[in-house]
Amino acid sequence: MLEIKNLQSRIGDTEILHGLSLSVNVGEVHAIMGPNGSGKSTLAQVVAGHEDHVVTGGEVLFNGSDLLQLAPEERAREGIFLGFQYPVEIPGVNNAYLLKAAVNAKRQHQGLGEIDAFEFLKLAREKMAALGMDPKFLNRGVNEGFSGGEKKRNEILQMAMLEPKLAILDETDSGLDIDALKAVAEGVNALRRPDRAIVLVTHYQRLLDYIEPDHVHVLSGGRIVRSGDKSLALELEEKGYDWVREAASA
Amino acid sequence: MTAENLESLVNRRYEHGFVTDIATESLPPGLNEDVVRAISARKQEPEFMLEWRLQAYRQWLEMKEPEWAHIHYPPIDFDAISYYAAPKSDDDRPKSLDEVDPKLLETYDKLGIPLHERARLAGVAVDAVFDSVSVATTFKEKLYEAGVIFCSFSEAVREHPELVQKYLGSVVPRRDNFYAALNSAVFSDGSFVYIPKGVRCPMELSTYFRINAANTGQFERTLIIADEDSHVSYLEGCTAPMRDENQLHAAVVELVALEGAEIKYSTVQNWYPGDENGVGGIYNFVTKRGDCRGANSKISWTQVETGSAITWKYPSCLLRGENSVGEFYSVAVANNWQQADTGTKMIHIGANTRSTIVSKGISAGHAQNAYRGLVKVMPQAHGARNHTQCDSLLIGKQCGAHTFPYMEIKNPSAKIEHEATTSKISADQLFYCRQRGISEEDAVNMIVNGFCKEVFKELPMEFAVEAQALLNVSLEGAVG
Repeated sequence: MLEIKNLQSRIGDTEILHGLSLSVNVGEVHAIMGPNGSGKSTLAQVVAGHEDHVVTGGEVLFNGSDLLQLAPEERAREGIFLGFQYPVEIPGVNNAYLLKAAVNAKRQHQGLGEIDAFEFLKLAREKMAALGMDPKFLNRGVNEGFSGGEKKRNEILQMAMLEPKLAILDETDSGLDIDALKAVAEGVNALRRPDRAIVLVTHYQRLLDYIEPDHVHVLSGGRIVRSGDKSLALELEEKGYDWVREAASA
Repeated sequence: MTAENLESLVNRRYEHGFVTDIATESLPPGLNEDVVRAISARKQEPEFMLEWRLQAYRQWLEMKEPEWAHIHYPPIDFDAISYYAAPKSDDDRPKSLDEVDPKLLETYDKLGIPLHERARLAGVAVDAVFDSVSVATTFKEKLYEAGVIFCSFSEAVREHPELVQKYLGSVVPRRDNFYAALNSAVFSDGSFVYIPKGVRCPMELSTYFRINAANTGQFERTLIIADEDSHVSYLEGCTAPMRDENQLHAAVVELVALEGAEIKYSTVQNWYPGDENGVGGIYNFVTKRGDCRGANSKISWTQVETGSAITWKYPSCLLRGENSVGEFYSVAVANNWQQADTGTKMIHIGANTRSTIVSKGISAGHAQNAYRGLVKVMPQAHGARNHTQCDSLLIGKQCGAHTFPYMEIKNPSAKIEHEATTSKISADQLFYCRQRGISEEDAVNMIVNGFCKEVFKELPMEFAVEAQALLNVSLEGAVG
């Protein structure tokens, strides 16, 4: 589904990704781990099309077609979802309004008509109930005054509504207490499906106690230095990131 | 002035060397007493009106153009302007929508302007516009039954001279400012409204207005009088783009609310703003003022200003009656090279008077957008209260937002609050929306509309939708 080959990128004058390769198949859950500054979030942003990042080499294919040619909104409509580490606040814009606009943008791309207002509300309420979210959140400004946990739940709600083919969740666990972490993890687990791939970007192993990955990759210095199954995450937890840094420089 | 003199003035040959039919003639450029007399004679005005105009003209001669606003433009040559232009004849107009600039039609479409209104807005010859006459007649009958007077200003001068004489200039005196004086001397036409005691005007005066009041000219004059315990909601303008060959527009609007009366005045201004290089566009120098003359009266201004190259406009309230209320809700958009200096004045004179100001300024491109507001509390205005909220939104890096709040508080019991914010549409917000599949343009619209929500909810409902669409069209191409 997602094929990244020898990807290189920079932001400003700083090279971040140094020939990263990764292959994600449909139905799989991958975890990308690594120390701060290793390029985890950059990878997520480059795949989503953030324009601050300049791709200087390599390629990214999504279901066989060149993803790098597409604008961020086109990638989103093709089914790529990025759960943000720091979801931005948009004061004055109703949460329901954004959500509905997003759903309709995708439906239009698929040649479907706009979603009926009642149908939309019904669907949104259902998904919110499953995530333990108060329906009042629909009428608040996008992420406006939300707590850290509320923002992350809101990201998962958007994912649930948009039904992406590939979801990249960037540090979805950061800043969450244990209850919020569980709720978010349950939400993600409920969205695991054979026709969907999920990439979890995380600094800590603890998220993986709740969402079990099929593959774990360790990123260091802008490339993947080790890949394995979930036991790699545990090994990492035990030995720390210095171990991979040594492995990378060796 | 004799009819003969008028005739010779009107028939003066153009330098282009032809004399047209008197019915479609404009006066030659320039301003002097003869021109003022000619305008008045043309409109068959009573003597008092001519005198009033002449005095205004003499006062105007002694006045200077204001220079304090945060706007820049080359000096205006007042002798190059023609001060009387009769409406275009049907022969010069498009015969049907097929002859209208397709770009204009596209904009109507984006704005959701009803089909039956498009022809009239595009200036299609009157007899080709269906329905409007019968619709207007129905409205007129309904208003007549309620005792409401709603007519053109010229008609009011002829049919209701006593009302005009009593109230004209009582809110905006002739010599109030340079442009008000100019308008007083040469005003072309406009609207007149009188709501009798205790009457609630049975309809928004918008619908009617939109069907009837095109081409009121560059020096528009409006006078609205709400007698005791009456109520009226008046809508000026239209979301459809208005093109005009006259660059200078100087309108005057006067509102009078007697005891217990309420006037709600909503404006949507979409005059030609010039092209994306700042060439052309209307200079809109307007004086609008409402007088809450009686106790418990209320005047509310709501404006959505998206057009004009330069906007200079401060709809104000004189809160004279005890417990009277003044409100000002404004969205001012400036894109490309537009300049806006707009705001309000709330003058608290009576006891327990209250005012609310909500101003939302949006700047994009190279535009400069200034809020200028005065809150003045006179010594006798015990218990006066004001709340001002003034927010600016910037799109891009070349534009500017400026806030000039003035407060003159002469009574210690006054409570005055002022909140101001400046924000930018951030790249992060746009990326977030785009990552959810929403195009950049739609994302900007969404954020801008969210920013303006508080003001839009004050507009008559059907109009709020159009105003929102108008904002989107005005900011097209503002990003990227």
